[in-house]
Amino acid sequence: MEDTLYLSGLEPLAIGCDSLFVNIGERTNVTGSRAFAKLILNGDFAAAVEVARQQVENGAQIIDVNMDEAMLDSKAAMVRFLNIIATEPDIARVPVMIDSSKWEVIEAGLKCVQGKPVVNSISLKEGEAEFLRQARLIKKYGAATVVMAFDEKGQADTFARKTEICARAYRLLTEQVGFPASDIIFDPNVFALATGLEEHNNYGVDFIEAVRWIRANLPGAKTSGGISNLSFSFRGNELVREAMHTVFLYHAIRAGLTMGIVNAGQIGIYDELDPELREHCEDVVLNRRPDATERMLALAERVKGGGKARVEDLSWRELPVEERLKYALVKGISTFIVEDTEEARRKVARPLEVIEGPLMAGMNVVGDLFGEGKMFLPQVVKSARVMKQAVAHLVPYIEEEKRVLGSEAKTKGRIVLATVKGDVHDIGKNIVAVVLQCNNYEVIDLGVMVPCEKILAAARESNANLIGLSGLITPSLEEMAHVAAEMERTGLKVPLLIGGATTSRTHTAVKIAPNYSEPVVHVVDASRAVGVATSLLSEELRPAYVAELRADYAEIRERHAGKKTAPLVELEVARAKRFQGFAGEWADYRPPVPRQTGVVHLRDYPLAALVPYIDWTPFFLVWDLAGNYPRILDDEIVGEEARRVFRDGQAMLRRIVSEKWLTANAAYALLPASSEGEDIVLYTDESRSREAMRFHTLRQQVAKDGDRPHYALADFVAPKDLGWPDHLGLFAVTTGIGCEPGDARLRAFEEAGDDYNAILFKALADRLAEAFAEHLHERVRREFWGYSAEERLDNEALIREQYRGIRPAPGYPACPDHREKAAMFGVLRATEIGMGLTESLAMTPAASVSGFYFSHPAARYFSVGRIGEDQLADLARRRGEEVEAQRRALVGLG
Amino acid sequence: MTRRERLSQRLRERILILDGGMGTMVQRYKLGEADYRGHLCRDHVCELKGNNDLLVLTKPEVIREIHDGYLAAGADIIETNTFNGTSIAMADYRLEHMVRVMNREAARLARACCDAWTKKTPEKPRFVAGALGPTNRTASISPDVNDPAKRNITYDELVVAYTEQIEALAAGGIDLVLVETIFDTLNAKAALMAYQNVFEHDADPPPLMISGTITDASGRTLSGQTVEAFWVSVRHARPLSIGINCALGAAAMRPHVEVLAKIAPDTFVSVYPNAGLPNPLSETGYDETPEVTAGLLREFAEAGLVNIVGGCCGTTPAHIEAIARAVAKLSPRPVLAR
Repeated sequence: MEDTLYLSGLEPLAIGCDSLFVNIGERTNVTGSRAFAKLILNGDFAAAVEVARQQVENGAQIIDVNMDEAMLDSKAAMVRFLNIIATEPDIARVPVMIDSSKWEVIEAGLKCVQGKPVVNSISLKEGEAEFLRQARLIKKYGAATVVMAFDEKGQADTFARKTEICARAYRLLTEQVGFPASDIIFDPNVFALATGLEEHNNYGVDFIEAVRWIRANLPGAKTSGGISNLSFSFRGNELVREAMHTVFLYHAIRAGLTMGIVNAGQIGIYDELDPELREHCEDVVLNRRPDATERMLALAERVKGGGKARVEDLSWRELPVEERLKYALVKGISTFIVEDTEEARRKVARPLEVIEGPLMAGMNVVGDLFGEGKMFLPQVVKSARVMKQAVAHLVPYIEEEKRVLGSEAKTKGRIVLATVKGDVHDIGKNIVAVVLQCNNYEVIDLGVMVPCEKILAAARESNANLIGLSGLITPSLEEMAHVAAEMERTGLKVPLLIGGATTSRTHTAVKIAPNYSEPVVHVVDASRAVGVATSLLSEELRPAYVAELRADYAEIRERHAGKKTAPLVELEVARAKRFQGFAGEWADYRPPVPRQTGVVHLRDYPLAALVPYIDWTPFFLVWDLAGNYPRILDDEIVGEEARRVFRDGQAMLRRIVSEKWLTANAAYALLPASSEGEDIVLYTDESRSREAMRFHTLRQQVAKDGDRPHYALADFVAPKDLGWPDHLGLFAVTTGIGCEPGDARLRAFEEAGDDYNAILFKALADRLAEAFAEHLHERVRREFWGYSAEERLDNEALIREQYRGIRPAPGYPACPDHREKAAMFGVLRATEIGMGLTESLAMTPAASVSGFYFSHPAARYFSVGRIGEDQLADLARRRGEEVEAQRRALVGLG
Repeated sequence: MTRRERLSQRLRERILILDGGMGTMVQRYKLGEADYRGHLCRDHVCELKGNNDLLVLTKPEVIREIHDGYLAAGADIIETNTFNGTSIAMADYRLEHMVRVMNREAARLARACCDAWTKKTPEKPRFVAGALGPTNRTASISPDVNDPAKRNITYDELVVAYTEQIEALAAGGIDLVLVETIFDTLNAKAALMAYQNVFEHDADPPPLMISGTITDASGRTLSGQTVEAFWVSVRHARPLSIGINCALGAAAMRPHVEVLAKIAPDTFVSVYPNAGLPNPLSETGYDETPEVTAGLLREFAEAGLVNIVGGCCGTTPAHIEAIARAVAKLSPRPVLAR
């Protein structure tokens, strides 16, 4: 199942669960905009189309079209308007939201658009039959749909009702209609706040919490809302309305709101709101105090400043000019930009310094706020416009300077610049273009969303000396790597520059540069572009620069690959620096005595008890998704995929537990033990007369600085000659019974060609085995050995191993010798609980974990690493075997 | 196993070969008005020369010979001769009333040819794809520059016409439905609606193939969509394959095929280009040689981009034979299970 909602006009729009907030233009709605209604009623479709165009230009990513007006033939108006905008590429580029309360209007609209639109909306208002009928048709038409939280009883106004209706609608849609979950957008109803009626006070919280609930409980579903309703009580007071919308969106987006129908002009920047106003709005929106509404109304009266017109706060005009430029950019105010730019220009020697200084500083703030979700796309568009105005004012001065200074205005080189396909961000790229032009480079700017072949063709046709690629969003990184590969394939020979917010030197070195034989340079910001270009195009500088670059990137790649070899010390030297677990600062330490010793078997352990102990992070690694749980779920790159497998995993896990797909068995033993050099000797009982097994641990020999000890696991067990009665634990657990080759459930998946579920099942069995090991270890510490009887840790603390003692497993870095398993399984009589070892010492079932319990408070995990010939020989002596047998058993270590 | 599963299995084993151009092959027979009319339409009210779809009724031996030529060349899938077989396109010849019988007979003819070849080599079954062209009208584009809201065809009219065509093709016996040469995605969406309606209660419908046409170097369809937007608009019909045909030659198609191969990981990808760009001086209008077309498609296959390849305008059995040879040893693009 896929989480991403795909829509299209002439161009696609992909909305994943981690996408930034998507804003839907609300002005082409006769119920929301009186001006638009008037145009439609007067039949002035040409002017109405301009409204749509402005919406898109101002950053609307979808446009809502609504013709529900009593005086209108709504169906005819919908068809006419959609047909007209279909022929306007600037508008038709974005998807349409077909908005009507009448099904026949919606269906007429669906027959007019070639892209994939959104229906707004359907609901359970008329009962299930009608809801299902409409949903089936929408699916056949190939549209997504908004589902209102509305049922036979009415519109949902509380959290309970909203979530109940959405859950019911979700179930009907996904189970009965087969409607893709990713194509469902719930609208949990935004109602007016601060109406004075007490029962309305929690409307904001109810909406926000419903959004959070939907996101957490209805996989794949998106959320939306008509934001303007919220501030209905403050009609006429634009300042307060804007603040209310801003605060509400800030919290709703954090709760997971996917999209909203908004008036871009009525949203401010959360951080920039007047703190008092913001606090009052939050009191109302979040229902934080009983008198919130009265306080808000009182404040609204004050800030309204008597008249209807918004009082403009001009105090920022008192700031120094550099600050004013920044303010104007962040706020998108163009009123004073020319005079401020001029003032800044007079203060500096060269006009370019204004761009490189205050203007770029301002745009950096914009970029940061946007990245943090504190600014929305329409606002960024406004900022970019202000930036363009400022630059436009400076260009004549820059030209003049070039004319005067550079009489030999010979171009230094020609560069093709482009924001790569799929990305619309060009602020940074435009700045680079300006800076390069100012330095006498000829820039061929291909704009945004430029397909690879166009970049290559332009470079070839223009005989460019350089190509520069820019991008802000992470998928652009992959596209850049693709462009580099295509440059290689088609035999281009010009250097490639990489820039943009998500690019990095490491990514460039590791992922892009290897695709292309010519130099590939990461340009960290616009100010470096000239230096890089100069170095690459200068006959004298280039060889050294390129050589250094290649060496630099090779090193990054090497570091990335993480390969380095360190020298070894002799075994005797390492022994002399062993960890002193029972001397020095540990001289007074006495090992704890277990409450029970001997071998114990636990059969058919309840699976439900293991679930809370699952460490999910490795689960994602199965799917090549790297990152720590739960952060990985919000990861920009892999988050969407991670959420998908996590959801599927959770669902299957519930069935595994409730339908008992697996059997969990364990064997453990706490036995008397003492260390002899690197060996740990385990005895059958407290008489310590008969050896149960001998655990041959290995000592670190890789050279270390200063006093850092060279560990062996034996260091954590009391030496025999000291005489302290120490113990060591052994354990083997499995949850793989039921998930082995040939087991019915797994075979069913495999025979159905359902690799996904087969892998999922195995991965979960593995997770449960690890969870069992964790759980059993906890019980050993608290009950069976009992040295940490008071320990109470949550799962995260367990995963971070914040408990006393360790449980290293054979085959892992602290104990790389798999052969230890054979002796261990013998002592544990593991075959009696259905576990075994293959010829190559792999455990069966596959979902099994085994290891040793060490109780020493200083016991820690380490990596034995490489060992020397001397230790191999010593090990052979201890085991009474050939040296070569040790080498074979410890491949990669010797 | 359903038809879809069976075809999917074949497509996972190797790259399947689609046939080549029909119109350019018919041209070689230099048929006259009398040939087109045959006995059946001898008294028809208007000129019929050029109505190639009619030939399945009036000159079936010609169409059979062309089908056989492609099957002999190695085609796994042949298209019915029904590119213009809707009442909308046939209105130009005033033959709307013949649409059902034309489609049914076209399907039967192709069916018979395929079955004969499958009988000879059962290990290589041949499949019939019922071809649905774009019609000669567009639902998204105004025919009148002064009235952008005007349309000379509606979605509903297209659904009716396509429903008639699909029903008739199904009656004649087809293995696949191929909605091809899509200029205007809204027209195609009407065909997809018709397809969904016709097979709504069929547990084992003929799987759907969808093939769009990128009309020029801008990388968009005639109605202005990018390849990605096009895929987003049609994927709800859950086609067996998505692809590109006609208009551009293979070389210019590559970036678009790469896009499809990437964004539709659970759907097979088809490509059947024209024999290069049009050359009015050439006899068939196209002059890319079989070796050149096959070489380009081999590169696609080597890059792991395709599952079904064939030819469109200007391609001949010689092209198909060269293409089949060129990709015979190459692995099909891996496709994720749904």
